[in-house]
Formats: sequence, C-alpha cells, structure tokens
Amino acid sequence: MSNLSAQQPVLQATQLIKRYGHVTALDGADFDLYPGEILAVIGDNGAGKSSLIKALSGALVPDAGEIRLDGERVEFKSPMDARNAGIETVYQNLAVSPSLNIADNLFLGREKRRPGILGSVFRMLDRKAMHNEARTKLSELGLLTIQNINQAVETLSGGQRQGVAVARSAAFARHVVIMDEPTAALGVKESRKVLNLIKEVRDRGLSVVLISHNMPHVFEVADRIHIHRLGKRIAVIKPNTHSMSDAVAIMTGALNPEDHPSCTANA
Amino acid sequence: MSESQILSTQQPAAHERIADAASGAVAEFNLPQPTLAEKAHRFFHSNPTAAPSIVLLLAIGAFTLIVGERFLQPFNMSLILQQVTIIGILGIAQTLIILTAGIDLSVGAIMVLTSVVMGRMAVEVGLPPSAALGLGLLTGALCGFINGQLVTRFKLPPFIVTLGTWNIFFALNLWYSKSETIRAQAIDNAAPLLHWTGRTLEFFGAKLTYGSLLMLALFFIIWYALNWTAWGKHVYATGDDPAAARLAGIRTDRVLLSVYVVAGVICAIGAWALIGRIGSVSPQAGMTANLDSITAVVIGGCSLFGGRGAIFGTLIGALIVGVFRNGLALAGVDVLWQEFTIGLLIIVAVGMDQWIRKV
Repeated sequence: MSNLSAQQPVLQATQLIKRYGHVTALDGADFDLYPGEILAVIGDNGAGKSSLIKALSGALVPDAGEIRLDGERVEFKSPMDARNAGIETVYQNLAVSPSLNIADNLFLGREKRRPGILGSVFRMLDRKAMHNEARTKLSELGLLTIQNINQAVETLSGGQRQGVAVARSAAFARHVVIMDEPTAALGVKESRKVLNLIKEVRDRGLSVVLISHNMPHVFEVADRIHIHRLGKRIAVIKPNTHSMSDAVAIMTGALNPEDHPSCTANA
Repeated sequence: MSESQILSTQQPAAHERIADAASGAVAEFNLPQPTLAEKAHRFFHSNPTAAPSIVLLLAIGAFTLIVGERFLQPFNMSLILQQVTIIGILGIAQTLIILTAGIDLSVGAIMVLTSVVMGRMAVEVGLPPSAALGLGLLTGALCGFINGQLVTRFKLPPFIVTLGTWNIFFALNLWYSKSETIRAQAIDNAAPLLHWTGRTLEFFGAKLTYGSLLMLALFFIIWYALNWTAWGKHVYATGDDPAAARLAGIRTDRVLLSVYVVAGVICAIGAWALIGRIGSVSPQAGMTANLDSITAVVIGGCSLFGGRGAIFGTLIGALIVGVFRNGLALAGVDVLWQEFTIGLLIIVAVGMDQWIRKV
C-alpha cells in the first residue's frame, strides 16, 4: 500500500457540488478510495461529510461533478443503484427492521425465492437457503455467538444489531462498504467488536469508508484519513505520520494543511 | 505501510484494554436467570397469537360452565363462526393496513358500496352474476387504490384519509342505491351466485356456510402471503420502520399502495359474504363494521404501531368477540353488557400489547 498513486482508485469522486438554496453542502469535493483500504472520513459538524457520503451511496444526486467506480463513470439516482453497483452502506440508524428476525433482515429487499413453480408462480421464499446463508455469513465474521437466526433483531444488543448490519453489507458488497458512525451508539466493548469487524471486512478484500467522530477509533483502524472542511477535502493524512491533535487542528481550521506538504497522503 | 505498523503506533486506549481483559466475548447472553415474568414476556413477545388464544380457550371454557352443554354444541360453534364471518373478512383487510402502521376506517363503507354495485349490476343492469361480482371486486380495488394514493402520493395520514373516504364511499353508496334495498327474492332470481356465500354445509349438526369457508380460505391465503413471500416481509418492514425499509431498498410507497388495493378487494369479498348472510342488499348494512374490524384486530394482538402481529390473531380476535356475544346472549345477559365486555377486552388487549412490545 506504499504506492497508492500507482493504483486505480476503486471509488473516486471529483469536484462534487451540491447546493441547497443558499447553502453549499459540497463545494468541489474530491474523494479517492483505494482497493483494500480503510479510509476514514472526518470533519466537523456541517463540513459536508454526510452529503459526500450520501452522494457516494446514491442517497443524494450531486449538482455537478463525477463519480467513478473502478474507473467507470457512474450515476446513482437512488441507494438501490449504488447497491446494485456493489456499494453497500451501513447507516448510522442501522436500517434494520426491529421486529423481523436476523435472516429476514440480512435478506431484506433481496429475498431468495424457491426454485421452480413454487418460486415463480407462488413467489415462495426459500427460507432454508436464506437461513443457511445468513448463518454462514455471520460465522465468517465471527458473530457465531448469535445463536438463533430466527431471533427478532430487537432482542439483540446494540453491538449485535450493528453486527447484523455489517454482516449484511459485507455479504452483498462487491466493491465498497460505507459505514456511517458505526460505533456512535455503542459501549466500549461493543465498539471494540465492531472495529474488529471493520478490519475483518477490509481483510476480506473490500474497501471500507468509515465516517466517525471518534478519533481513537479512526486512528486505530484507518489506513488513511480524509479530512473534510467547508464542503471539500482539505487534507488526507496517515495515522502514523500525524497525531490526533493534528487531525483535529486541520478539521477545525486551526492548522492549514497547505503549510504541511505531508498532508496529501493520496497524491 | 503494513497493518502491524498501525497497530504498534496506535494501541487502543487504556480503558478499552481493561474492558477487553474483563471478557473477550461481546455479543453473548450472560444474563442472570430470567424471572417468571421475564419468561412470560419473552414467550408472548415471540408468539403474538398466544395471548388471544389463551383468552379464547378460557372464554369457551367459562361459557361452557355458565351456559352448559348447548354452548359447546357443533351447531352453536358453527353459528358463532357464521356470526364472525363478515367481521373476520374485514379484519383481514384491517390487519394488513394496521401492520403498515395505518388504520382503515373505510372498510365497512367499501363493503356496503361494493355490495350495492354487485346487487344493482346483477338485478337492475342485468349483467351475468359473475360479471356483477367481478365489477364489485373491481370497485373494491378502486376504493383501496384511492385510499392508497392519498396515503402515498399526498402523504396524508391514513386515519384522516379513510375518515374522509368512509363518508365519501358511504354517500356514493346511498346515491347509487337511491337508498333502496334490493330484496333477497330479486337476487335469487337474477344472481343466485351472490347468495352462494350463504349456503350451508351440514355435518355433525354443524352448519357451515360457504361464506365462513371463504373467510378461512382468505386467512390462509393472506397468512401465506405475509409469511412466505417477499411482499409479506416488506409489509412488516414498512410498518415496523419505514425509513429503515427504504434504506434496505424497499419501495415502501408501492408496498403501501398494494396493501390498500388488496384490502379494498378483500372488503369486496366481504360484501359477497354479506349478501349471502343477510340475503338482501341494503345500503344501511354493516354500519358498525369499521370499528368491529378494528376491535377484532386489536384483540387479536396486532400492534396499532405497525410491524407486529399475526394474521391468525385477527381470526382469534374475531372469535373472541363472537364467543362473548354469543355466550352472554345465551346466558341471558342484557345486550349492553356485551358492549361493556368488548370494551374491556379492547383495553386489556392494548395494555397487553404495550407490555409485550417492550423489549
């Protein structure tokens, strides 16, 4: 990973612009994500990082600029478009249905049907196949402690629910997993488990975008850190060349990255 | 840069290391032994029809003791089934709507309107009975479609939408029927098919109507659709947390619209059963059907907050109401105490739901 510039970014955005009336949420934002890395995106509240993430996950259509996936120009009109292109998002509010069980949640929106006439005419779900696959996916990610796949998600702890959400994205993503504040609502031990899950997902060859306010978490798992300020990327740093206080200083404008040539880890 | 480098420079904070040392496993259940109340709570939480089933069995037992043998006779049991057929069918439609966190006050009005359409098309326009029936079903679908459009496209609350359409459909019903009843004899001559739901099958003293069988068949069909198809999962997910459902890629507006249309068609099937049961087509029939269907759904354990409940709970809910009415009547209790008891049951059922929904 020492020679990033020689690689093609798996997901790239150039000069994204998004305005809401007088408010400019994205002001020529750039973004590069390389294969097999964890890229943290940090920024103060209102810096436009959620707009950036929404544009990348299809939840928002930018006014201008382009997004490339594996070098190919893509235009996402809805979250479904991004998912079909192989980008999965774990949302801050989890986006799981509390009263449905774990297997149903993993396959929500992409259920499998029985082969033959049962599936084509009677639209019958292949529960068995979905359960088996759900079990496999969860054990692959070390979530075997969830014993009963028929358990309603609302009976799980916060960390377990997050585990289900991460497992769902890891199971279906082909290129990129975007995680929006995955540890925000979790306790210390549960956060640890989720951070390990994030590394696990990366080690399985997917690229991960991690949005987080938690600097220790960011510095622990990120390979690179994208710093967003005033609607655009102002710096990209590496956890081993910069400190947390550097990151916070750049994020808040106390430190100008122009004065520090090392703040462009992707260039 | 290798991963080990990151880890060597960025150790987890000290408090995390302490926490890790405490226990390696995070996602496990190491709760203390659950108390009896917790066990009961968990049981009712995972079996939404358990509580109404227990109430139904207790009620049947109690009335057998109070009224005696004749309550439990096959004839009386089948009579109860006949008495709950209309409310049961409307309850299926109501369950679908309530599962999506909505409420449908117009189910009774749709039923009456479609029954008038069926009757007039067959008797006065002279269409073949099957065409009249088909037009009735189509009218039901159209009514549901209007409700669904108002809920999804104009984002109006279902309560308000169906309160409005309840009045509108009922007024249309009075206008189209000219407030006149079509007599049973006329229907028998022109369209015996519309009376098919009132015909009975007799065995062991029980008198089952085809309408009741139609209701049971509908329960099975909707049970299958809710539990064995993606559509059913989407109905639950939409009612449970619409934002989460949308993020999971479900087009919740489509799901809602489909639910209202299906509910409209089911109300029209209810109209068919209604014609069979009362014989004539009356624009004044089924006045209390709206609220009775909600009663059946609520007593059946379906949550008014959406996403929670089982379709067979509604059948049990309707049967509970039927058993209480029938049992109290046989016991010679004044009708007003039937209403009193039903009211009590509703409040207890909603109280149970509040308790069960707590995780």
